[in-house]
Amino acid sequence: MRDVAIIGVGTNPKWGELWGQSLRDIFVEAALAAIDDAGVDHLDGMYVGCMSSGIFTGQEHLGSLFADYLGQKHLPATRVESACASGGLAVKSAFLEVASGYRDIVLAAGVEKMTDVSGAQATYALGTASDSEYEGYHGATFPGLYAMMAKAHMARYGTTPEMLASVAVKNHANGALNPVAQYQSLITVEQVLGSVMIADPLHILDCSPITDGAAAVIVCPLEMAKKISKKPAVKIAGIGHATDTMQLAHRADVTWLESTARAAESAFKMAGVSQKDIDLFEVHDCFTIAELAVIEALGLVDRGKAGEATMKGRTARGGDIPVNASGGLKSKGHPVGATGAMQIVELTRQLRGEAGKRQIAKARRALAQNMGGTGGSAVVHILEVA
Amino acid sequence: MPSANYTREIPQRYRLEASRCKKCGAVHYPPRLVCPECKGREFEATVLPSNGKLVTYTIISVGPSQFSDQVPYALGIVEMEGGVRLMAQVVDVPLEKIAIGMPLTLEFRKLYEEGKAGIVCYGHKAVPA
Repeated sequence: MRDVAIIGVGTNPKWGELWGQSLRDIFVEAALAAIDDAGVDHLDGMYVGCMSSGIFTGQEHLGSLFADYLGQKHLPATRVESACASGGLAVKSAFLEVASGYRDIVLAAGVEKMTDVSGAQATYALGTASDSEYEGYHGATFPGLYAMMAKAHMARYGTTPEMLASVAVKNHANGALNPVAQYQSLITVEQVLGSVMIADPLHILDCSPITDGAAAVIVCPLEMAKKISKKPAVKIAGIGHATDTMQLAHRADVTWLESTARAAESAFKMAGVSQKDIDLFEVHDCFTIAELAVIEALGLVDRGKAGEATMKGRTARGGDIPVNASGGLKSKGHPVGATGAMQIVELTRQLRGEAGKRQIAKARRALAQNMGGTGGSAVVHILEVA
Repeated sequence: MPSANYTREIPQRYRLEASRCKKCGAVHYPPRLVCPECKGREFEATVLPSNGKLVTYTIISVGPSQFSDQVPYALGIVEMEGGVRLMAQVVDVPLEKIAIGMPLTLEFRKLYEEGKAGIVCYGHKAVPA
């Protein structure tokens, strides 16, 4: 396989309720930003991650739609889907196309337009990432499924609502420094615990929001990147991808995210590095309990110790394992199909030293963890300054 | 929900029919075509025991539209005798009395109505044993 680098990244200026822009508009805006950032004059291929444009906007066949409106008529373009891990999977797909030698310059994007429908319709669309026949049929919601993980984590490890809330507080503090973030506001533990309950023990401020947004990255062979880009080349050093049972009920341990653990193991092995070699992490904090379970599955802390580590500030920007310096899904927003691509955009900016006030000093290597459903799928990328 | 979809799930939803792998004996609910334990492809039908215990749960305050008239309601994972786990609402008990580990039994109940012209959907709910 050839070494692959990221030479361009782009996103919308701000994520949130982008009522003035359509699905295709938000994609094109992010893709053009990535093309301009890369300085490339053409594309050889394109992958788009999107979870549920059919339900959210009544539109499928996104590869063709987006190639057309990006001014790239006839470009081979593919839409990939793995629920909320769709964006990460698009990046993996583009990587494979370049690494294999099949194509040189490939764009990978993620997109979701979620605010054209009512909250009830959005809840329904998101629910299709669970097992509709045996979870949704009984009244399960996504907050509800993660709440069950949280209840079990609390019962087994003594994790508290304050520990959960501290994840949201930290991520809002980071997001307040990110101009793209949907919510650039500080919150307190008291505000989280006092906010309306969605699914016990998760309050609304334990949940990531409904968001419109897109993110795009351009990958090419590392050798080519060094010739055509003046910016520091960011290499995709490792990739891992795994699945798990669709139903939460079918996991022997509902507090453990095996797909994330396996994807991370593959990515570490491919990159030839371990947890201690990583300077910062972007992880899938769709709910506060998710960030805790993910950092345990990644092996950053011992099982059951994530809440304590968060309360101690270990995962804050100044801590020894900075997690979600971007603000995470919680503050940055969670346009479900776009999230995995946005993590790569954010980490590329960090590794280039372009992350502004949220910059992690001397960041040389970073890890992104993106997952679908309740962990039914997970994609992990390890990036490093080449 | 299309009626064909509803009808074909009736054996497992109404009668708790599961499949037992003829090769390794693992019981799967809902029934499967391939055993994830041993890759066996031959099964015999079996009915789940109706007694179990609560593994974890939540109390949902904001539900999907078809359940919005039931909030707040408790939803949990129940481990049946023999080890099969499934999801079900926990009912007939004050919400504050629900606790992980409590013994439960499954009863056939109405789950929700689709609306004026839709299907009335049935299945199992868990009640204190």
